[in-house]
Amino acid sequence: MSRTFGTALRLTLLSWAMFGLGYPLLEVGINQLAFPGAANGSLVRVNGQVVGSRLIEQRFTGDGWFHGRPSAVHMNPRLSGGSNLGPSSVRLARHLAARRARLVARHPYLAGRQLPADMITSSGSGLDPDITPANAYLQAPWVARARGLPLAMVRHLVARHIRGPWLGLFGQARVDVLSLNLGLKRIIARARHARMAP
Amino acid sequence: MTSPVETLIAVLMAAILFGMPLGAYMARIYGGETFWATRALRPIEHFFYRLGGIHPEDEMDWKRYAIALLFFNLIGTLFLYGLLLWQHKLPLNPEHFAAVTHALAFNTAASFVTNTNWQAYGGESTMSYLSQMLGLAVQNFLSAATGIVIVLAIIRGIVRAKSRHLGNFWVDMTRTVLYVLLPLSVILGLVLLEQGAPQTLGAYVEAHLIAPFVSGKAYVTHQTIALGPVASQEAIKQLGNNGGGFFNANSAHPFESPTAFTNYLQMVAMILIPIALVFMFGYMTKDRRQSTMILSAMLVLFVPLALASMHYDLAANPLFHGLGLSQAHTAANAGGGDMVGVEDRFGAGSSALFGSVATATSTGAANSAYDSFMPLSGLVNLFFMQLGETAFGGVGTGLATMLAFVIFAVFLGGLMIGRTPEYLGKKIESFEIKMASLSILVMPLLVLIGTAVATAFAAGRAGTFNPGAHGFSEILYAFTSPSNNNGSAFGGLSADTTFYNVATGLCMLIGRYWSYLPLLALGGSLAAKQRLPASAGTLGAHGPLFVGLVVGVILLIGALNFFPALGLGPIAEQMTHVHALAASK
Repeated sequence: MSRTFGTALRLTLLSWAMFGLGYPLLEVGINQLAFPGAANGSLVRVNGQVVGSRLIEQRFTGDGWFHGRPSAVHMNPRLSGGSNLGPSSVRLARHLAARRARLVARHPYLAGRQLPADMITSSGSGLDPDITPANAYLQAPWVARARGLPLAMVRHLVARHIRGPWLGLFGQARVDVLSLNLGLKRIIARARHARMAP
Repeated sequence: MTSPVETLIAVLMAAILFGMPLGAYMARIYGGETFWATRALRPIEHFFYRLGGIHPEDEMDWKRYAIALLFFNLIGTLFLYGLLLWQHKLPLNPEHFAAVTHALAFNTAASFVTNTNWQAYGGESTMSYLSQMLGLAVQNFLSAATGIVIVLAIIRGIVRAKSRHLGNFWVDMTRTVLYVLLPLSVILGLVLLEQGAPQTLGAYVEAHLIAPFVSGKAYVTHQTIALGPVASQEAIKQLGNNGGGFFNANSAHPFESPTAFTNYLQMVAMILIPIALVFMFGYMTKDRRQSTMILSAMLVLFVPLALASMHYDLAANPLFHGLGLSQAHTAANAGGGDMVGVEDRFGAGSSALFGSVATATSTGAANSAYDSFMPLSGLVNLFFMQLGETAFGGVGTGLATMLAFVIFAVFLGGLMIGRTPEYLGKKIESFEIKMASLSILVMPLLVLIGTAVATAFAAGRAGTFNPGAHGFSEILYAFTSPSNNNGSAFGGLSADTTFYNVATGLCMLIGRYWSYLPLLALGGSLAAKQRLPASAGTLGAHGPLFVGLVVGVILLIGALNFFPALGLGPIAEQMTHVHALAASK
């Protein structure tokens, strides 16, 4: 009995060393060498400063930006999760109706239109970095108007940021909102630069 | 974009295609053969034996095997419990998380040691990196290996004749973690990393927002991004059918599953070892028809239910009629369907499929909010677990439960044709049937009594988040999942209370050990018997008819036990939906 106990104890300690430290540290080592970008969270840098992660949603407000999906956790990466409201929840229906009403009040051109589901539903993680192409195109008019850009130019920007299914097989077409907004920022900077040029 | 049905086929094909050689490989490993793999890793294996004081040639009978297993799991539980209580005094805690409460530490320790990985906490706000690596990830390996060696001992019982021994527990554990789980995890971890899962010990990162905003009275200029050694943990979480997420949102979190390809790979990883074990069983019994029979039974159960779940989750939610919300099935709309709690990169169909895979195996991972699934998709999740985790089941334990059902079916078939029931030349007598029944019936008792108690007392009812029938489903799910060592949840339930921590913790422990120790005894009893040659009157335990018998037994027991409870939960909710649809027209 005591031998069984001793073996159990020693094997547990050995497992700690091998699977608790050895295995993850091996992966850390390989990863930091082979894929340093992904290993550290796919961080996006502008002028050397971290502005976010390509994989984590941020909150954008105001008409000058594209907006991500609503988030049940206010896009706080320390508290990932969905709303967990059930499919027959009256509260859920009320949330969706209120989000729709706010959007239509702000952007009258949306009145009477079918909104893509992901525009007013919250995601499973609350950190979904993407929106659907339909959602992005529907936002293009308000961004174009607020920024004083031609609509065609903004729609072209959206089109350039659509990422299709991986290898054409896996998953859905989508637009990553942070990259899209960074692209928007670059267009604006370029336009301003062109105006200032003699 | 592939349709969800095509994804289902692709997942099954890949799992079977890789599972077959993996099963053959595992049969060689456990048979003690010398070949390329053992030549490469034997020094480490022997290092384990030397340091552990293990004598590999020392064979154990079922009682010693069970005692070694219990001791090992007990020490694992105590270590993990202690680690969680002391995490604030230990290194690798860059966010300075406090000690975990006693009730939660008990629940988490029971959860990870029994391969359940029910999580009453959010990883990124509770667990230090050290707790994740040394505590949770280590048990991901060990609890999965424990499941595999349980079925290994039972298979040896079937294969051996006139023997008291079922193998050496320590040797089987060492070989499982070293030759099977570790290499697969390293490979999968690297693919996950290439796709974007982080793997770092650095602290959480502050990002400077390009568009700061005002929230309430606060001017928000930063976002704190939670990181950690995610990829390594994610790989073993899926391969070992553990399912405990690094983050609260589990595989819905973009760091745990960054792309639809990782989503696909995670589904394959969940089914891979359960299927490989079915093939291993065929190799070890030298009867490939057994693999075909068991795999067919699993597929007959899995495919229709998974298709139903996808169908209902892709159907429009009638509650949203009149909200001007497009649930159309177009590529520009993430494939359409019920998008509440679903990530855009996966879409509703793939999320329902992931839910089916995670509950049909005992993984319990989640790539979407199961609480927000359409009522009948939620029902499929529940029902997969209530079938006793047989198709495909947990790593090892799934096949073990399946074998208990097979023995049951052999017994029933024997009664029908008036012959002494035999399985692979072994007589099935009253002891075997008693042990199989004990193993099969403890789970429904835990689920139904647990749900009844929670519904009867205020402490149980207080946890529900959604009202009405859906709230009842939340409670039913909270007892179904731990009792079956699954670990997925209807996440709305407030599970981190003393009541739920203790109740679900007990369900996990009883559900694990009461289900599988009788099966070890069954293995021991079968090993002692002599092998009878098959005669003209022997019921052949293969072929479509026998598959039908096995599936019938599983469905009958599952349905008879659980339909009344399902009627009060998801079925009642679906009825109100149908009503809402009629009213909206």
